[in-house]
Amino acid sequence: MVKVTIGAINYEPASSLRYKTGSWRSMRPTLDESKCKGCNLCFIFCPDSAIVMCEKIIDGKPKKKAQINYDYCKGCGICAKECSADAITMYEEVK
Amino acid sequence: MQDQSCKVVSPKELFVSGHRGCAGCGEMNAVRQVLLAAGENSIVANATGCLEVASTAYPQTSWNIPWVHAAFENAAAVASGVDAALKALGKREGVNVFAFAGDGGTFDIGFQALSGMLERRQKVIYVVFDNEAYMNTGIQRCSSTPYGASTTTSPAGKKSIGEHYQKKPIANIVAAHDIPYVATATIAYHVDLKKKVQKACKIGGPAFIHVFAPCPTGWRHASDDTIEMSRLAVETGVFVLWELEGGYDPSKINVTYKPKERKPVIEYLKAQRRFAHLMDKPEELKKIQDEVDAKCKMFGF
Amino acid sequence: MPKVVMRGNEATALGAKLCRPHVIPAYPITPSTMFPERISEYVADGELDCEFVLVESEHSAMSAAIGAAATGARVATATASQGLELMHEMLFIASGMRLPIIMAVGNRALSAPINIWCDHQDTISARDCGWIQLYAERNQEALDLMIMAFKIGEDKRVLLPAMVGLDAFVLTHTMEVVDSPTQEEVDKFLPPYKPDHVYLDPKRPITIGSFGTPEFYTEFRYAQELAMSKEAPKVIDEVFKEWERTFGRKYQMVTGFECKDADIILVTMGSMTGTARETIKKLRAAGKKVGLCKITVHRPFPEKELKEVLGGAKVVAVVDRSLSLGYGGPVYAEIASSFVNDAKKPLLQDFIIGLGGRDILVKDFETIVSKCETTMKTGKPEKAIDWINVNYEPAGVK
Repeated sequence: MVKVTIGAINYEPASSLRYKTGSWRSMRPTLDESKCKGCNLCFIFCPDSAIVMCEKIIDGKPKKKAQINYDYCKGCGICAKECSADAITMYEEVK
Repeated sequence: MQDQSCKVVSPKELFVSGHRGCAGCGEMNAVRQVLLAAGENSIVANATGCLEVASTAYPQTSWNIPWVHAAFENAAAVASGVDAALKALGKREGVNVFAFAGDGGTFDIGFQALSGMLERRQKVIYVVFDNEAYMNTGIQRCSSTPYGASTTTSPAGKKSIGEHYQKKPIANIVAAHDIPYVATATIAYHVDLKKKVQKACKIGGPAFIHVFAPCPTGWRHASDDTIEMSRLAVETGVFVLWELEGGYDPSKINVTYKPKERKPVIEYLKAQRRFAHLMDKPEELKKIQDEVDAKCKMFGF
Repeated sequence: MPKVVMRGNEATALGAKLCRPHVIPAYPITPSTMFPERISEYVADGELDCEFVLVESEHSAMSAAIGAAATGARVATATASQGLELMHEMLFIASGMRLPIIMAVGNRALSAPINIWCDHQDTISARDCGWIQLYAERNQEALDLMIMAFKIGEDKRVLLPAMVGLDAFVLTHTMEVVDSPTQEEVDKFLPPYKPDHVYLDPKRPITIGSFGTPEFYTEFRYAQELAMSKEAPKVIDEVFKEWERTFGRKYQMVTGFECKDADIILVTMGSMTGTARETIKKLRAAGKKVGLCKITVHRPFPEKELKEVLGGAKVVAVVDRSLSLGYGGPVYAEIASSFVNDAKKPLLQDFIIGLGGRDILVKDFETIVSKCETTMKTGKPEKAIDWINVNYEPAGVK
């Protein structure tokens, strides 16, 4: 049975989160957290909202660090290219 | 996998992951930036195109705000209806009504509806995501395609250098409608883009923002070069970042970013395979450089 | 109820006004121009509190209507002929998105050649697009059907857009005495529009107008069709009956006049029905067993009701005021297909007449009846699809 809503209206916002585009990757970004300055650029430039900024406690102080969500990262490489601290490197994806 | 040990401090996404946009898509990034600047109190009327198709394959949607799509040429008309209805229902206050469309649905087929909406002074913020061709149907030329670009309907060939016509100056035409706010923006200059979106939201409308959004698939550059293409376009003067507030007074155009030393246009052209056929034609390259020089002179740099 | 002299356009404009629409996006086109004109007067005098959006084309009119209805507003508009054709793609979209937009259509011929007078080609060419289609015989019906269309379309079992057709000039511009319901009466009849299924609001982020892959598309169409052919006839019947109780005027999807013992029955739609009725009365007085079947609701197609009225006749003459080029009369085709599997069925004939506003007269109906009498005698129509009152002589190329 195909269950459909009236008029193809989608009542569940952000439901595309069910589709894990991470499977598209052939290159994988790896973040060297020690270099990350928390500048936000990778977060802003990611087309897939696959990077969030997190607050981590490092040496007793709260520090902002990027965190890559590999469920959705398509491996485009923009974050690695734009990173202001050279903290992200692209490696070949290992399946 | 998310690391559970840290607290997420970046804002809630209004355009979420899982959409089927290409890796490195400039338009998807532009939409994210615009919505992060505009906030949750926004409704979007979207035209048919890459954005619409890649983000709303039933039953999934990447939108975390109310969103409506009707057809290709009428984002502005549908947004007009939304604006009118919100007003009639007493729900207008504090809500941003956006019309999102690609260059196809704006420069060409959507032109009439856009002009009508502007003329009626509807409180709509029209954002065109310009990737310089009909990308969703496979890279066909549009009146937004720049001179010399190779597309599937203006291919470079033995008797053709690609696109024969100059890019339609959409922001100038919109500005001539004498509306409260017109601006150009692009994804590499994200602070500039954010300021302009927030200004448009504050003014309410009608407002128009021309967002230049590179397309790795259509322009044929590497997927990680998207932001760099956007930056090069501005640094070479191919795309000028300006805004005009308070109606059509060309003397009040505010160029929000002037490159200190303009890079030669070839830096931008050689990085995209859609211009590859021009590389051995110095007279064409000069033509393009002259055109850009004249434009930048007009803008004062 | 005050009796007012009014034109058909004024009737539909008044009908729309009484229903308290939130948004009216409109574009002028002959013969419906008076609709946006009247609405603009109501708004200018403060008699109607609605957002009147003067769009720049009919396509934008329907697009804005869709945007407004998607936001949860009650929407009305009007157009005709070329305007209806220009918004053709949006008609399907409005129906597919289940938005109960109500539209008055001044039935006018289509170009080319350009012609502003009445025939049914415009709404007939839109019969596939998922809109409920009603046809008015007189200005009273235009007013009544306009109001009832809101109640039918907005019913939660239906949620489909509806259009009311009224013949160009014959109804749109001709004055008749009309019983006009008061605002209080209409407010009682038609409750405010409060959709659950669709309204754009930042507090409830929904996505409307998704991309429907082959996996889902068929089920959406099927659901739409169930609403159109199963639910809508029930709701239409209920609304018609409620109108009769409230205002004393009876409406049916299909109305028979002198059909019970008729050998020959004419099937009509729109203003020609009045002339047909006069013809029937005249011929009955002369002893002929003839009847008239008027179609008020064309979509959903009233197959059951038509067969009830027409089943007992010997010959049914379908009078088509439109033409499917390369075939013949569209209404005839549909009625013929209703009977095709029955062992006992009337003989069916199609008569194309009245295109481009050519008047349909009593003598034309008499010609039709006489042709049907011949058919009755011979047992087979000489021409199943026939044209009345055509005088063609080619002039050639000069």
